[in-house]
Amino acid sequence: MASYKPVVIPAVPKLGEKITQDTLYWRGYKTPVQIKEFGAINKIDFSPVPPYNYAVTASSRVHIYGRYSQEPIKTFSRFKDAAYCATYRDDGKLLVAGSEEGSIRLFDISGRAPLRQFDGHTKAVHVVGFLSDKYRIFSGGDDYSSSLWDIPSATEIVSYSEHSDYVRCGCASKLNGDVFITGSYDHTVKVFDARTKSSVMTIEHGHPVESVLLFPSGGLLVSAGGRYVKVWDVLKGGQLLVSLKNHHKTVTCLCLNSSGQRLLSGSLDRHVKIYSTTSYKVVHSFNYATSILSLALSEDFFVSKPGRCIMRKYDKLLKSFQSSKALDAVLEPHIRLYTPEVTVAVMQELNRRGTLRSALAGRDEKQISLLLTFVTRRVIEPRFTPVLITVADMITDIYQPVVGQSALVDKQFLRLQEAIGREIDYQEELLEVLGMMDALFATLTEKRATYLEENKSNGLTKTLDQDISI
Amino acid sequence: MPCVQRAELRGGRAAVRFRSRKMVAPAALRVVRCGGRAMHGARAVFSVGARFLLCASGDFVKMYSVATEELVQLLRGHSDLVTGVQLAPHNRLQLYSSSLDGTIKLWDFTDGILIKTFTVGYQLLALYALPSSEDSVFVIIPKSGERDTFQLVSVKLTKAAGQDMEAKELSVVLEGVDASPKCTAFGREGEYVASVKDVNLQVYFFKQKQLNRFSLRATNKKGGNNVFTCVACHPQEDCIATGHADGKIRLWRNFNHKKEYTFSTLHWHHDKVLDLAFSLEGTSLLSGGVESVLVQWHCGSDCKRDFLPRLGSAIEYVSISSDGTFYCTSHTDNRITIINSNLRFSKTIQGLIKARDVKTGLVVDPRTKALVLNGEPGHLQFYCLQSDKQLYSLDIVQQEYIHQAGLNQSDLVRVAFSAQGKWLATVEEREETDLELQLKLWFFDEETQSFKLNTRISMPHEDHITAMCFRDTDEMEDDSLMLVTTGRDCVFKVWVILEDTDPEAQQSLSWSCDFVGSYHSYQATNCCFSEDGSLLAVSFEETVTVWDSSTWDLKCTFCHPPGKIRSICFGRLTCSKYLIGATDHGFLCCWNLLSCALEWSAHLNVVVLQPDPLSEHIAAVSWLFKESSLFVFKPNEARPICIQRKFCKERIQFAAFVPRDVPETIGSEKYLWLRRSQLFFLTDTQELMTVSTKSAQERLTLSSKQLAVEESLPVTPFSLLLGKHRHQQSQGDVDLGKIVHHHHEQDSPAVKELLHTPAHVLPSASFLCPIFINSLLVSKENKSTEETPDEVEMESEEAEDDSDEENSVTEMKQEDKMPLESLGETTHRLSKSEEKELRKIRKVDYSWISVF
Repeated sequence: MASYKPVVIPAVPKLGEKITQDTLYWRGYKTPVQIKEFGAINKIDFSPVPPYNYAVTASSRVHIYGRYSQEPIKTFSRFKDAAYCATYRDDGKLLVAGSEEGSIRLFDISGRAPLRQFDGHTKAVHVVGFLSDKYRIFSGGDDYSSSLWDIPSATEIVSYSEHSDYVRCGCASKLNGDVFITGSYDHTVKVFDARTKSSVMTIEHGHPVESVLLFPSGGLLVSAGGRYVKVWDVLKGGQLLVSLKNHHKTVTCLCLNSSGQRLLSGSLDRHVKIYSTTSYKVVHSFNYATSILSLALSEDFFVSKPGRCIMRKYDKLLKSFQSSKALDAVLEPHIRLYTPEVTVAVMQELNRRGTLRSALAGRDEKQISLLLTFVTRRVIEPRFTPVLITVADMITDIYQPVVGQSALVDKQFLRLQEAIGREIDYQEELLEVLGMMDALFATLTEKRATYLEENKSNGLTKTLDQDISI
Repeated sequence: MPCVQRAELRGGRAAVRFRSRKMVAPAALRVVRCGGRAMHGARAVFSVGARFLLCASGDFVKMYSVATEELVQLLRGHSDLVTGVQLAPHNRLQLYSSSLDGTIKLWDFTDGILIKTFTVGYQLLALYALPSSEDSVFVIIPKSGERDTFQLVSVKLTKAAGQDMEAKELSVVLEGVDASPKCTAFGREGEYVASVKDVNLQVYFFKQKQLNRFSLRATNKKGGNNVFTCVACHPQEDCIATGHADGKIRLWRNFNHKKEYTFSTLHWHHDKVLDLAFSLEGTSLLSGGVESVLVQWHCGSDCKRDFLPRLGSAIEYVSISSDGTFYCTSHTDNRITIINSNLRFSKTIQGLIKARDVKTGLVVDPRTKALVLNGEPGHLQFYCLQSDKQLYSLDIVQQEYIHQAGLNQSDLVRVAFSAQGKWLATVEEREETDLELQLKLWFFDEETQSFKLNTRISMPHEDHITAMCFRDTDEMEDDSLMLVTTGRDCVFKVWVILEDTDPEAQQSLSWSCDFVGSYHSYQATNCCFSEDGSLLAVSFEETVTVWDSSTWDLKCTFCHPPGKIRSICFGRLTCSKYLIGATDHGFLCCWNLLSCALEWSAHLNVVVLQPDPLSEHIAAVSWLFKESSLFVFKPNEARPICIQRKFCKERIQFAAFVPRDVPETIGSEKYLWLRRSQLFFLTDTQELMTVSTKSAQERLTLSSKQLAVEESLPVTPFSLLLGKHRHQQSQGDVDLGKIVHHHHEQDSPAVKELLHTPAHVLPSASFLCPIFINSLLVSKENKSTEETPDEVEMESEEAEDDSDEENSVTEMKQEDKMPLESLGETTHRLSKSEEKELRKIRKVDYSWISVF
């Protein structure tokens, strides 16, 4: 059986910036929480398991922060020099970090002292990470080499020295426990398979690679370097799919959202840009005060809400046939000013029910003045014109006998008249222009579409004329 | 006899096929009503135990199952509108019905048997049966000699045996009563009768033979309208409730005194109270009116009332089941709502909804083959022709409908489906000082299996939209889809799908205007695409213009003055080069598109022009001398194929060809056009009709009967299992199913004989074993083939019986119900062939015994 149908608010296409789903979503991120660290932060990593704590690597410390407090929950500070790239394992229990002195340390989240230490790199290790089989670690160092380590035995399994410059970024495939990727300042990205002795693929990025990223599917690879973000199709042998140039300074970091539908890039130009991974267009961008060095996005939190149909106040009143109160409800400032279409839609609904006149009647000076202000302001908007003309007609009809009793109301009436007069002048001018254009068009090819426009504006002026004659 | 019945039940379809072959020669086109009969002729009645609901529907009484809403029984026999349905007071399994044809009929409604017919001889306008007076019922009849005056009389019903009775023993109870059955009610235990007319209430006490009259002023001080509209009596107290035209309800007490009577007033309704009913114990009063809200007043506390709002349309009748568990409201739009006693909506029984005004015409949904037309206000109803049921109702306007007289509310005026039913376009309008128009485009969502609003265009035209059509091309590529609307603002507009390039957008498709065309500022009245979609014909008053649909160039114009074009259509298939137009000066013109010349024209006042989508045929319905005639023709011949003059006395408003699921076998050349699709009409009075050859109609009734029989089986887990089994069987070939069925029937008697004989009489097991085994072996191929001609013979006999029309149909129906009644013992009853079989077996058995 039917239930009450709420008033339909007609949607009118808005000019100007289009508000998309994305804008709304990303706008939901509030102004950032600023946490001061002593050195440049080179890596932020969110724990993949609730409560989604995040590890911040800065100078010689790794701090773990919680969601609410801005004080670190935990600090790992067993580094002699700068620490780099503290990364969580998939299960959120282990954390690995490289360091300036060339050793890699593995921490248990609950403990303090490192569980393992991997030595072998001769220079600073800027990138470390877990392979997806959880038992191996890959690393890339400033000694141009990238290595693979076994966690239980703390030994090096294999070392690749294929890059010809610093290895500064890398990531592991989520699908294959043997595949990882490193990016280097030698402008290349290399794909390694732990089962082979050498790299399986080399991709020329063209700029020093600052960040690499694999899509969850493993088929697409994103690399950032210089001002470019490039997307490569790994399955097609490293073919360039798209090259994005939306930043005007070096892109330092990349990140995917949990669903894999949005790509985020942070840059030294103080912007974070969000791309759609289907169209590779920027759907949103954030602006920050300083250059972005690292960027991480936590899993989406979803709080499921039971689907409850909220009935608006005016709908409740309309449902119980309280037309006057319903009109009052939509003349509240926040509705009247920000969503005039709601006010007009309710007026139209009242008119449809034949109760608009009684809803408008019996109001005091203040309310009439308020109504007239609303009408004066909105009557010239084409989408509201037909309804508001009816409303204006009714108001003049109802309150004709009391004209002259209140200076306030009289002033409003005069303003309404003025507004309509101005609109008519405007329409006349438009018609003149249209006539000129018609003359121009007539000399060119005949075009039928102009008939329509002419009719429209004619109709509008006609109704306005009628109104003023009343 | 039982054999024939079973054949009817099982192999109904085969029998009909045979019959139709026989009927070829005398086949004649008949107009058959197929829906839209008003279901609100009288108050609906619940059977005892509230298992069935009985209601008057046109000339019939329909019995619906309360649990499943299915039609279980159709009681036919009256020859005019049924005006009253009442359970017989002395036997609750029987039913009295009265009709305008002047008869009261007594039915056994569970089996659908007419027991008796009492001929009264007057038009019967209402019927009341009371437990206190066993041998008589009360009816309202027109007073002889005077127009528009009616009297309440009691009719003595003789108990003598016999089917047809004369009931001439009438005694007048009240004079000057209202004709409406709602305006008279009988009080507690039949002690008094209350009747209202205009502003007068009269109460007659049977025992005291006392008549009290009370009258109100026509209007009161506040301008209320005091006219009585309905009356109800409290079942246990001396209390009368009356409804009034201004929405008041008055409760009268103490009315056995002429002067000291009192009344209290209940007021909630803002318009006429249409019906009142007291609950079983009289603790609450139900009232319904134009507002379509059922109001329950609690008699103890005056102000307390409960509502069940938004019942769809005005409530015409309210009734209560005898145990008080269900309420039922009959609505003006041909619908019955069943409501639980705690005012929870339970079910609706609805056929074709009667809209106030059908503006959309008859449209066929290509997906479901359902007829689509205006339903509830602002809704589109999808009406299934096969089951006479509404499939669903689509809310188009999506606004709260206010049930109030004199309000101008949006209504649906145009509907069009794309060729595959993927898109639906609707136009709604509301006209007050200025016109509000909305064009909505709906997309069929496969997931939810319903239409979803895609685009809403407000004010697509400056004036009324006169016609709308989709381009009927292959919908595989969406970009070719196109919608054309014509308006009285002298333009036609072409709408196309616009694809949003952003794949992230919520909906990628939307519609927008592509082209606006006009012709000499004449009003555009009709539009039509050619079959291949390359040409568009738009009629502008007197002129038909033909446009190229790819470049939008005006190709040519046709004109046949004087007279405006009423409707146009293109020919199909082999006749695609023709364009047909009907003018309102009574001409039917056919233009050749290749030569751009008039091919032929005929003088015919065509009101409806309808092409068959599956063949070249075009049906034209003319209206002349207050009678409709049907002409079916092919555009390439000026001579009609089929003429059916004066086939309907009512004006036909719309027509539609509905494709058949299975092509009909029609022998006659003349009716070949009915082979692939069926033609339906909607008349002025919103009755849905179809033309059919006789055989087809019989098939319909047969299949519906079979359904009904199955439906009335009680639902037990076992019957569900059985039903599943039966369903699977019917999936297979009909004939095959029959043979399989016979196997079952054949082995059962032999086994039964074994099982039913008392153990002490039975011979030893060694004797019985071969019998048993033999009984299992009996079913041989040759025997079953022997049987089939036998059966066909019988059916053909019956077919001949049936060839004369309705009398035999009703008889047959009664016969049909017998197996239903004795379903438990069907296995006992054996067909002739089976008996023969049994005898054979016996013979074999005895020989076996003698050998031993």
